[in-house]
Amino acid sequence: MQAPADIASDELTDAERKALAQCRHAILGVDRPLALECGVELGPYRVAYQTYGTLNADKSNAVLICHPLTCDQFVAEKHPVTGKEGWWDSLVGPGKVLDPARYFIICVNVLGHCMGSTGPMARDPVNGQPWNLRFPVVTIADMVRAQAALLDHLGIPDLFCVIGGSMGGMQVLEWAASFPKRVFSAVPIACAAHHSAQNIAFHEVGRQAIMADPEWKGGEYRAHGTVPARGLAVARMTAHITYLSEQALQRKFGRTLQNRDALGFGFDADFQVESYLRHQGSTFVDRFDANSYLYITRAMDYFDLAAARGGGVLAKAFTGTATRFCLVSFTSDWLFPTRESRAIVHALNAAAANVSFVEVESDKGHDAFLLDEPEMFRTLHGFLQGAANARGLGNGR
Amino acid sequence: MSVIAPIRVDLQLIADMVEPGGRALDVGCGDGSLLAYLVSFKRVDARGMELSQTGVNACVANGLSVIQGDADTDLRDYPDDAFDYVILSQTLQATREPREVLRQMLRVGKRAIVSLPNFAHWQVRLRLVFGGRMPETASLPYKWYDTPNIHLCSIDDFRALCRDMGVRVERAIVLNSKSRPIHMPPFLANLFGEQAVFLLRRD
Repeated sequence: MQAPADIASDELTDAERKALAQCRHAILGVDRPLALECGVELGPYRVAYQTYGTLNADKSNAVLICHPLTCDQFVAEKHPVTGKEGWWDSLVGPGKVLDPARYFIICVNVLGHCMGSTGPMARDPVNGQPWNLRFPVVTIADMVRAQAALLDHLGIPDLFCVIGGSMGGMQVLEWAASFPKRVFSAVPIACAAHHSAQNIAFHEVGRQAIMADPEWKGGEYRAHGTVPARGLAVARMTAHITYLSEQALQRKFGRTLQNRDALGFGFDADFQVESYLRHQGSTFVDRFDANSYLYITRAMDYFDLAAARGGGVLAKAFTGTATRFCLVSFTSDWLFPTRESRAIVHALNAAAANVSFVEVESDKGHDAFLLDEPEMFRTLHGFLQGAANARGLGNGR
Repeated sequence: MSVIAPIRVDLQLIADMVEPGGRALDVGCGDGSLLAYLVSFKRVDARGMELSQTGVNACVANGLSVIQGDADTDLRDYPDDAFDYVILSQTLQATREPREVLRQMLRVGKRAIVSLPNFAHWQVRLRLVFGGRMPETASLPYKWYDTPNIHLCSIDDFRALCRDMGVRVERAIVLNSKSRPIHMPPFLANLFGEQAVFLLRRD
C-alpha cells in the first residue's frame, strides 16, 4: 500500500527499514489530517501494523492488540531487529488464547514510536526537516484515533475485542471510552485510568537521563551522528526495576556476585543484578529511539481518562456502554497495582457496565502480563469464549 | 460454554423467580452455577459479585461476568435500577449490615431475591433449648467461633424487617430439611422451614 511519495522512505533508520519489510503499513491523513490533542494537524502520517489470521465475511472477528511502551507490532513472530520471539507469543498463536485460525488479529505500532509508524524520527512534511523535538506531543487518545483511522482505511467497522497491558491497557480504556460502539469487548490488563505521580516520577528520571546525555544534543543526535546510548540505557534500567517485584529481583539475583568470588571494591558490576540491568539497558538501545522514548513516556504521563472524558468522574467516561469488560491485575504489580484496576471496576459498575475482574496471584511484578501466567490465560480464554458466544462467533474451528 | 449441571434446589427456585431476558446481579455468586443457569436457560444478562478471589477467577474462566466484591460495601457503586433482579442467596446473614444491604439491593434492582437459613427451625430450637449448645445443622454447619453467620434470623424476623422497611414480599417459598417446598401457615412455616426464598420489591 504505497501512498503518493511514501513519506520520505529514504530517511528510514535500519530498524525501521527492517520493520517495514516484515509488516504492513498505510499512509493516512493525506486528505484529512489527524487532529492531535495538542492542536497540531498531523498528516500525512505512516502507520505500521501487523496482522495474523483472516477477517471473516461479516467482519466480526477482528481483535486489536495494543502494545505497551517498549513492545511493538511484532506480537507473535521473530522480531526483525532483535531476532527475539514475539512479545506475546504466550497468548497469540495456533492453539493459544488468541488463535489466528479464529480471529483476525491486528497490532499497530503506536504514533510517536520507532518501529515504522510516524514519530519524532520522521520529517515534517511542511519543511522536510526531521521533526526531532518539534514533533507534536502525542497522547494515548491520539494513538487510538490513528488506529481507528487505520481500521476505517481497512474497512473494519468494529472490533470483537481490544486487548492490551500497561500502556496497551490505557489504549484499551481510551478505545472503550472514545469509540464504545466499535468495541464489543475490552480487556485492559495491568493498567490504570491515569498515570500516578509515582509513575510520572519514574518516567521523568528516565527522560532526564536521556536529556543529560551529551550525545543527545537537544534531540538532534542523528544530524550529529551520535546516539544518546548511555542516557537511554539508564532510562531503561530505571524503568525495568519498576516492571519487576522486589520478590522477583530477590529470587532471581539476591546478592549473588557476577563472575567473581569476592567484592571488587570498585564500581564494576559486582552484583548479578547490576550486570543484568546493564545488559537490559545496552540491548534496549539497539531497538529503541531516545526521542521516541521521551514522547511515548509523555503520552502515558498525560493519560487521565476521568479528566479527559468524564469531567473528573471516571464512570461518566463509560456512560451507557454496551462493551463487555474484563480487567486483570497482578498481586505483586506495584507500577499498576490492583487498586487501580479496582477503581476502574468501580467506575464501570457505576455505569452499570458488563465487567469481569480477576486479580492474578503472581510474584513477577508488572511484567507478569507478558509471562507464562496460566491463571491469566484461563481468565482470558473464558472471557473471550463468553464474549464470542454473545457475539455469535461460535467455536470458530 | 460448559455443560450446565443441575443446580442446588434453592438456586433452582431462585432461577424460577427470574423472568427471562432481563438483567440480574448475583451477589455472592460462589462458583457461578446460578449465573451460568440464568445465562444459558433464561437469556439473562447476568453478572456476579463474589468475595473470594478464587471463586471469581473460576467464574470468569467459565465465561461469566464476575468481579471480586463485598455485599456490604460494593453495592453502593451501582446506579439506581441497574438490574431487574439483585440476588443474594444464603449470604444476608453473613453481612455486617443486613438492613443496609437489603436497602441497597432494592435500590440497585427493581426486585430482590433473598434466600436465608431459618434460625427458628425446630431442630435449631431443640439443640439450643435441650442441648444447651449453639446449634449445628445441615444448613448451619459451623461452630460458634468460626461461623461467618453473624446476623442469623428466623423467617418471621425477616418478614418483620421487610415490613419495617416498607418492602413488599411478592412471593415466599419455605423449604423443609429435605429442600422440598412446604405450604403451611406462617407460624408453622417458621417452625418447619429450614430455609426460605423471598421475592421482594419496593412498595
